[in-house]
Amino acid sequence: MGITFRKETFRDDFTFRNSPEHIRRFPFPFHEDSYMYAVNIEPHVVGPKGSVLENLIDVDEHYVAEMQDRAMVLAEDPLRCQSLPHMTLAGWDLLELLMEQQALGYPEHFTLTRDGDRWRWINRPLGIDDTFTFGDTSTLPYGPVEYITRQSQGDFCILDQRDGNLWMDAGMVTTQADWSLDFDIGMNFFEWHAPVPLAHEKGIFVRALKFLTNIQQGKPARRLNWTMTINPRLDTSPENYHKWGPDRATVTPENVGDKVHLRVELQSFWRLPRSNGIVFPIRCYLIKMDELVTQPKWARRLHRVIRDLPEELANYKGLTRYRPTLVEWLSKLDDGSPTSPGFGPD
Amino acid sequence: MSTGTTKLDVVVSDVVTVNDLVTRFHFRRRDGGLLPTFSGGAHVVVEMRDGERTRLNPYSLMGSPLDTREYTISVRRDDVGRGGSLFMHNQVRPGLEMVVSYPVNLFSLDLRAKKHLMLAGGIGITPFMAQTAQLAGEGGNFELHYTCRTASLGTYADVLSERYGRRVRLYHDDREERIDLDRLLSSQPLGTHLYVCGPAGMINWVRDRAAALGWPPETVHFEHFAAPQPGLPFEVTLAVSGKTIRVGEQQSLLEAIEAAGVDPPYLCRGGVCGQCETNVISCDGKFIHNDHWLSAEEHRSGRKIMPCVSRFEGRSLVLER
Repeated sequence: MGITFRKETFRDDFTFRNSPEHIRRFPFPFHEDSYMYAVNIEPHVVGPKGSVLENLIDVDEHYVAEMQDRAMVLAEDPLRCQSLPHMTLAGWDLLELLMEQQALGYPEHFTLTRDGDRWRWINRPLGIDDTFTFGDTSTLPYGPVEYITRQSQGDFCILDQRDGNLWMDAGMVTTQADWSLDFDIGMNFFEWHAPVPLAHEKGIFVRALKFLTNIQQGKPARRLNWTMTINPRLDTSPENYHKWGPDRATVTPENVGDKVHLRVELQSFWRLPRSNGIVFPIRCYLIKMDELVTQPKWARRLHRVIRDLPEELANYKGLTRYRPTLVEWLSKLDDGSPTSPGFGPD
Repeated sequence: MSTGTTKLDVVVSDVVTVNDLVTRFHFRRRDGGLLPTFSGGAHVVVEMRDGERTRLNPYSLMGSPLDTREYTISVRRDDVGRGGSLFMHNQVRPGLEMVVSYPVNLFSLDLRAKKHLMLAGGIGITPFMAQTAQLAGEGGNFELHYTCRTASLGTYADVLSERYGRRVRLYHDDREERIDLDRLLSSQPLGTHLYVCGPAGMINWVRDRAAALGWPPETVHFEHFAAPQPGLPFEVTLAVSGKTIRVGEQQSLLEAIEAAGVDPPYLCRGGVCGQCETNVISCDGKFIHNDHWLSAEEHRSGRKIMPCVSRFEGRSLVLER
């Protein structure tokens, strides 16, 4: 069996699409008809078969194309992957976690064999078969963080824990919603969240930090976050704002369904065993409006959420310019009937 | 979200007498597999089934983090304590099936340090056993100063000296050897981090001198699990669960709450991690705060208590549990 990996692009001609099965497994982030921040954290445990939670590290039909896109971003801007000197051990922790989870979830695509420190890693979709010494960076073509995250979907923030805070001291960030690892590197939890509106006043970050610093080994947690992106572009970084920022002015009533994408981040939080750090994978899922509205419940609910979103949040998420066009388009798919509770399609 | 950590089913694989006071216990997984990797300074909470009573005591892992075939802990016998160490010494034998928590690290190395300066007193040596093994494996720069009562009670002093030679200095109370702390703290290279684990008096002394000599607080790390102290029995009303419970002389408030079937979250059970922090709804009496989590102001306010180590004396106490 195995996954059929799509050939597609996240730039230029934007051929990215979701198959019908992938539309149904999309992690729709709204469990009710309105949205406000909450500390919506829950245990990261395995979910239903056929959902993005079937495995704790999800690999899907976009894997190969996403890894090709990441390689292109890195070729232009190597600073998207950084690791401060004290984070090498955490990098090995992350390599172990991702190899173990991918091999466990997708044995037809990935195989990990361990003989003491001598490890062999086979990644069939990308044609990789490497043998290396765990803990010895000279036996890999890149540092441990870059090596394994060139082979894993999603961004990865690797946080050092000290002085009762978390510090963004390493990571791989190429599929981000308008933030920059190069800017945030070395910052603590409050510093890198400083631009977020409303949440500070609600004390959300103080509580979230308390929770995160107590994440335990073997007990990962997760939350969903969301925004919207025009065109299925993975790399919406501040560094490349000149490439994607102007896209927001191109939305018209005729092209909403094709251009406007809901962008959902499945964020999970894991304690790293050797370094006592935390890794924070941020996995990005994109779905265009034409695909999303094939599920009538999602169409009705998204209309109500976007229509009623507080102005500050709409600004922060960058929706202001095209929100009226989007709401008008979605309103035609909302007959006002109630939506069932929960995230899933009917 | 969680009550403590994930549990591990283990079997006692060996029990070794180290000296007159200290015994070492080895645990392996019952299914024969590897135990979870841990980092130097981590502890596990050991569940002790003693008749009707369950004790949950934290102990530092002292083996090398590079070897996860077994976990080892060392337990110092405390003849006047609440009985956990006596249970371990008197009743735990090889082959006994026990349950321990996943490792939790509240005394982590700061891996930015150019040098790790470690100060141990007595049984406070155990987390340094794992940390030195971890650092030695990575070529890390460390120096360990270890104070013990006598040479024969210098738990693992011989092992450490053999492994690390001049990087380990020993001080024996009976020979009146003392750490020249001010000189030691004044002669460290920039980028040194200081770690201290031992009796409360030693921790306070080292922290005070380090502060006086200008060490930035974020470079001074200490681990002090307060063991819950026995005390007068008292009654408590748990408002949320609608129960009234009695805390026995040898029981902690947290243990009494758990015995009533209410499970507050916990990690360290030693007044350090903050997980079991509980709001006080009303009280008529005085608190005996023994934790290192709440601020002095919070202690005075009478509105919060850490039930793992703190007690109450008085007429009535109502908690939000």
